[in-house]
Amino acid sequence: MADTAITMRQVTPDIAEGGDADPALSARLDVLDLPAGGFTAAARKDALARLRAVGLPKPRDEYWRYTNPAAFNAPVPDPIPLAEQGPDSPLFLERKRLTLVFVDGAFDAAASDDLALEGVEVGLLSTADADETHWSGEIYGRLEAAAQERVARPMAALNTAAARDGVLVRVTGQPSKPIHIIHRRKDESADVYYHHVIRLEPGAELTLLETGMTGARSNFVAEVDLAEGARFHHITAKRAGHEKLGWGGVFARVAAEAVFKSFTLSVNGTMMRHEAIIDIVGDDAVAHVAAAVLGDANRGPFHHDDTVFITHSAERCESRQVFKKVLKNGAKGIFQGKILVEPGAQKTDGYQISQALLLDEDSQFLGKPELEIYADDVQCSHGSTTGAIDETALFYLRSRGVPRDRAIVLMVLSFLADALEEVEDESLREEISDRLDAWLTRHA
Amino acid sequence: MLKINNLHAKLEDEDKQILKGVSLEVPAGEVHAIMGPNGSGKSTTSYVLSGRDGYEVTDGSATLYGEDLLEMEPEERAAAGLFLAFQYPVEIPGVGNMTFLRTALNAQRKRRGEEELSAAEFLKLIREKGKALNIDADMLKRPVNVGFSGGEKKRNEILQMAVLEPKMCILDETDSGLDVDAMRLVADGVNALRAPDRAFLVITHYQRLLDHIRPDVVHIMSDGKIVKTGGPELALEVEQNGYADLLSEVA
Repeated sequence: MADTAITMRQVTPDIAEGGDADPALSARLDVLDLPAGGFTAAARKDALARLRAVGLPKPRDEYWRYTNPAAFNAPVPDPIPLAEQGPDSPLFLERKRLTLVFVDGAFDAAASDDLALEGVEVGLLSTADADETHWSGEIYGRLEAAAQERVARPMAALNTAAARDGVLVRVTGQPSKPIHIIHRRKDESADVYYHHVIRLEPGAELTLLETGMTGARSNFVAEVDLAEGARFHHITAKRAGHEKLGWGGVFARVAAEAVFKSFTLSVNGTMMRHEAIIDIVGDDAVAHVAAAVLGDANRGPFHHDDTVFITHSAERCESRQVFKKVLKNGAKGIFQGKILVEPGAQKTDGYQISQALLLDEDSQFLGKPELEIYADDVQCSHGSTTGAIDETALFYLRSRGVPRDRAIVLMVLSFLADALEEVEDESLREEISDRLDAWLTRHA
Repeated sequence: MLKINNLHAKLEDEDKQILKGVSLEVPAGEVHAIMGPNGSGKSTTSYVLSGRDGYEVTDGSATLYGEDLLEMEPEERAAAGLFLAFQYPVEIPGVGNMTFLRTALNAQRKRRGEEELSAAEFLKLIREKGKALNIDADMLKRPVNVGFSGGEKKRNEILQMAVLEPKMCILDETDSGLDVDAMRLVADGVNALRAPDRAFLVITHYQRLLDHIRPDVVHIMSDGKIVKTGGPELALEVEQNGYADLLSEVA
């Protein structure tokens, strides 16, 4: 009983701080010029109220225990020199695609293609929000809000309130090429908020590629609404030096027989947190979330946090989480992944694997797998491993003449292969794999 | 070709001496067998020669064509012409068999100052070599040894040997886990590679592999040393009487 009392006392001040009286939140909001919004006005107001109710994330919050939110909570980010570009050329430039360029989170029409793609309606939050109505009004801030019912996600609410731009994409057909969003930087101290809304109508398909760097600090939300039988593939590849400090959240709702697949490649970054909150609401749907993370803390801290929450509330659905982190020179990787199976979500097939390959003794991986199951006829499994390079395999490769550094690169690629497999398109997969190879070879 | 002289080695982490003065010489063109009971140091000899971590050489030498093997990294030993066929070939998911072998071959060629093979040249080479070992395109495409049966793994070792064309081949209990047919296929592969400028050191518990790969010389190893050397008849003696008899005789 005494323990309980102590716990209660610790919790109470948190709640009090989360109110309007939270000076950190006030300081955070004071420097932001929050847009009133047109069709998003109500959603923005709601989001701000949610944010005020829960407050900024605190180190003691259950889902912030491994990632110190201080840098996300600071009113302004430290500037990051613009010159800090990785040595790699941008990805995906050689393929057919509809290119949309955002500079510090704002759409750059001159650098972008015409917003025309068959079977797709491409809009922009910045322009659409001048109007009182828009199709995305039913989604903007709504999927995000729904996800807050289970776990408070203050950074997402802040985004809904603060974002000025992002794509509003509605797909009705099967476009012949992907949409490619490229982020660029211009202002070395930009604090960037962008918010995408993506709606796939029944049977529609879309591949969304997202690359580049934005802001000294970035905060993005993507709300993805998939109707029956839709197929959405989101591939995000972040370059070395990209998003030194960033929080991002993908909020997806997946209807019957729809397929949601995302793959994120993250290379370097001081402090990054990616959240994926996926609600599978229709029968026979599929949701896969995968990430390959490469962290070398050689030139400064590296901290990468993946936090996933997949809810099954329909029958015969499949979810898969594949997270692989390669950590070096004291890099730190976090994975918090949850599968929630609601009552009645029978025949659920849930799978989760999080693995870290530590290339030295200074690096660290913290994993927190969670399964919460309220249906009796389901198959859910999870695994988490942390290990070093397999010395026997390394010797095997070297004994055949493969030099040590090259052998390690091959083994790291081998370690990442399961995550990369989640990229369905073979040519995309190869391009990403080549990029990984180049990075690993440089950092060998 | 291969000269091992008074080789002493211990485990790096423990004070446990395993090799206590191994000496033997394998001339070019010959096949030598090392037989011996469990724990006699046979596999350790192969690991120390090929440069596996975890062992410390405390005395003695090992040279290949006069080059000091023990000073080299494992990949340098491979380029110098040494090859170890593993008792337990390692599975490497995510690395294609063909990619692996081409990387290995070209790395060796590069180190020797030879021209690297193009993808097309390599494909031609590996198809030709694979055919003889009953290794089809599907096996070549799969990740290294992943999902291979015991026999397929050993055949894959011999394929690597055929492609890399080493001078000195060490086979570490290549017969373990093989049925008679698989063993014959592996032995045929090895026999096809016998050449005047190539030598083999075949490590085995049993005489039966030596029915298929006929050795010129048989060494018996016990407690970290070669205790007896003779012709193929020595292997038969082991088969008939076991190691105990032979070793008591030596002692």
